[in-house]
Amino acid sequence: MEIQLQYYLVVSCFMLACGIFGFFVRRNTLAMLIAVELMLNAADINFAAFNRYLFNDALEGHFFTLFGIAIAAAETAVAVAIMINLYRNLNSIQTKDIEDMKH
Amino acid sequence: MEYTLFIMLLPVLMFLFLGLAGHKLKPTLAGLLGTCSLGVVTILSYFTAWTYFTAPRNAEGAYGAITVFNFQWLHFTQNLHIDLGILLDPISVMMLVVISTVSFMVHIYSMGYMHGEKGFQRYYAYLSLFTFSMLGLVVATNIFQMYLFWELVGVSSYLLIGFYYTKASAVSASKKAFIVTRFADLGFLVGILVFGYYVDSFNFQIVGASTAFHIGVVSDAARVMIPVALGLMFIGGAGKSAMFPLHIWLPDAMEGPTPVSALIHAATMVVAGVYLVARLFPLFIEFAPNVLHLIAYVGVFTAFFAAAIACVQTDIKRVLAFSTISQIAFMMVAVGVCTSVNPHQGGLGYMASMFHLFTHAMFKACLFLGAGSIIHAVHSNEMSQMGGLRKYMPITHATFLICCLAIAGIPPFSGFFSKDEILTACLEFSPVVYWMMSIIAGMTAFYMFRLYYGIFWGKEAEHEHAPHEAPANMTLPLIILAGITVGAGFIPFGQFVSANGESYLIHLDSSVATISFCIATVSILLATLIYRKPQQPIADALGRKFADLHRAAYHRFYIDEVYQFVTHKIIFGCISKPIAWFDRHVVDGFFNFLAWSSQESSWSIRGFQSGRVQQYASAFFWGIIILLSVLLYVFFGGVCA
Repeated sequence: MEIQLQYYLVVSCFMLACGIFGFFVRRNTLAMLIAVELMLNAADINFAAFNRYLFNDALEGHFFTLFGIAIAAAETAVAVAIMINLYRNLNSIQTKDIEDMKH
Repeated sequence: MEYTLFIMLLPVLMFLFLGLAGHKLKPTLAGLLGTCSLGVVTILSYFTAWTYFTAPRNAEGAYGAITVFNFQWLHFTQNLHIDLGILLDPISVMMLVVISTVSFMVHIYSMGYMHGEKGFQRYYAYLSLFTFSMLGLVVATNIFQMYLFWELVGVSSYLLIGFYYTKASAVSASKKAFIVTRFADLGFLVGILVFGYYVDSFNFQIVGASTAFHIGVVSDAARVMIPVALGLMFIGGAGKSAMFPLHIWLPDAMEGPTPVSALIHAATMVVAGVYLVARLFPLFIEFAPNVLHLIAYVGVFTAFFAAAIACVQTDIKRVLAFSTISQIAFMMVAVGVCTSVNPHQGGLGYMASMFHLFTHAMFKACLFLGAGSIIHAVHSNEMSQMGGLRKYMPITHATFLICCLAIAGIPPFSGFFSKDEILTACLEFSPVVYWMMSIIAGMTAFYMFRLYYGIFWGKEAEHEHAPHEAPANMTLPLIILAGITVGAGFIPFGQFVSANGESYLIHLDSSVATISFCIATVSILLATLIYRKPQQPIADALGRKFADLHRAAYHRFYIDEVYQFVTHKIIFGCISKPIAWFDRHVVDGFFNFLAWSSQESSWSIRGFQSGRVQQYASAFFWGIIILLSVLLYVFFGGVCA
């Protein structure tokens, strides 16, 4: 059975939905970060799949995927650094405890 | 004559010095410094007068006006600019002499009178400020400079009336004086602006010094508006010179220290209005003789009104205050009855007015200073606390008597000569005015001798300790001023000051002189008859018979009450209160509503900033979903349909 473009898209849609859902419902910032990574990876899959199936002789999609991975890594580093600082100052990384800046 | 600048500079420097550093000096030293600087100013003024009047006359036989300094201060247009400078002409030189003499006397006198008062240095600083402002007023080269210094004398008068600032009555009197004169000055300012607009000049040289002048071509509109402008300026003059109905501040101004009353409220500042009219005299004659005659009628009424009130007052300073109002009104009448600038044909009043200004300044200052020394001795202003003082205070008594005779118009004292000139000028104008003024002159003699007998004769009051003569530094000015009063009548005043500048030989009109002398003598005899004895049956009987009139006059014909009614009930009650309500409820209410509504709306939306990240994210998410569906509908909705 030949693997078609739609299969990839279903997987990426599922991952994006999982990411959004996880981002909304999880109260732990680390878990929210993981959800964000899921959304980014869903996008990367899309880039790679579209490039492979629709524009086989081009490379831009693959490059974007690589960029996405690099940006995700950098973003993770920053986010984790923020969380460490939050933990040092507030002794927690739960979102309910991080609302000093409201109003 | 550049040294005239020092006449201006010395008092202002002394004001700054005493005002800023005075509290570090000993009071006596501060007083001495102020007095010495004023002494120098006096010498300079005399020297200026000597140099000016000994200089040769110009081709028209007049003393020319000299502009010693004039620099441009504010530039409006080519012709319209405000200058500051020093203008010397016969009347300004005469005023320099009057102001510096009286001010110097008051400075000396105050050393004794104000001795040991709190704020002695401040007092001398204010005196210097006043002297500076008054000198600046008289030497002004243009109407606007005059206005500036006009307001400055108003300020220094305010400061000096309210010198005893812990006394409630002094504070309210100073405010009253300031507000009333300031209100009148509004007329002055509007007059100046109207004048400047139509004549295109503020300068006296073009507007007209006392010497002959020509204003050039004026448009018909200006011919109509110049009388209006002059009338408005006279309102300012009427306020300063306490003409009816703007006189109400002057009697209350007696709350200030007595030497201040002598300097400001008898001799110098209150005659500024007369000086203003005299300064603009050529304009009045050429463009607005009717306004000039209106001034005369206002003067006649004021003179009568004030004299009537002076007849029944019991506070000696109040009597003198009303007498001052009456005498200034004499000067106003004298200027007002002029019909030309030629002293031989209807222009005599100008000279008579200036002459009376000069003599009145001297004897009225002397009377006030005498009153001060009496108050100093008995510690009261009320006539009932005095009586029989002639034995205790011989020098004060003698000088006071001389000045009373002078103001009553008994020869050979100065008042006789100047008043005679005024009456002669009135007779040339109209017999009715002449007889009115003669009767008022008789009333003057009557109330002055009522005052004199009330203080020095009559029933002796009980004193805790016997009153004693004032110290030498208080009696010396009295003697000097009384001396001037004796001699001043023989000054050939007409040779120095006259309406067109030509030398005018004063000659007594024998019938006028005889009539005025008879009236004065009869009035004095009447006063002697009624008030000399300790028991005063005639006065009491008259008081009972005309009880209502007496009460009305004692309450100054209820003019203050009328003002009270007009300001409080009508202006405050009917105009200010509704405006205040509108401001508070409508104007303020609108802005309060704006503030209230924005605050309420911000309270209601502050919940959006919850600080919960997921809430923001879901808003973001749903927002994108909605925007996306809208965009899809807009761009592809048509295709699908």
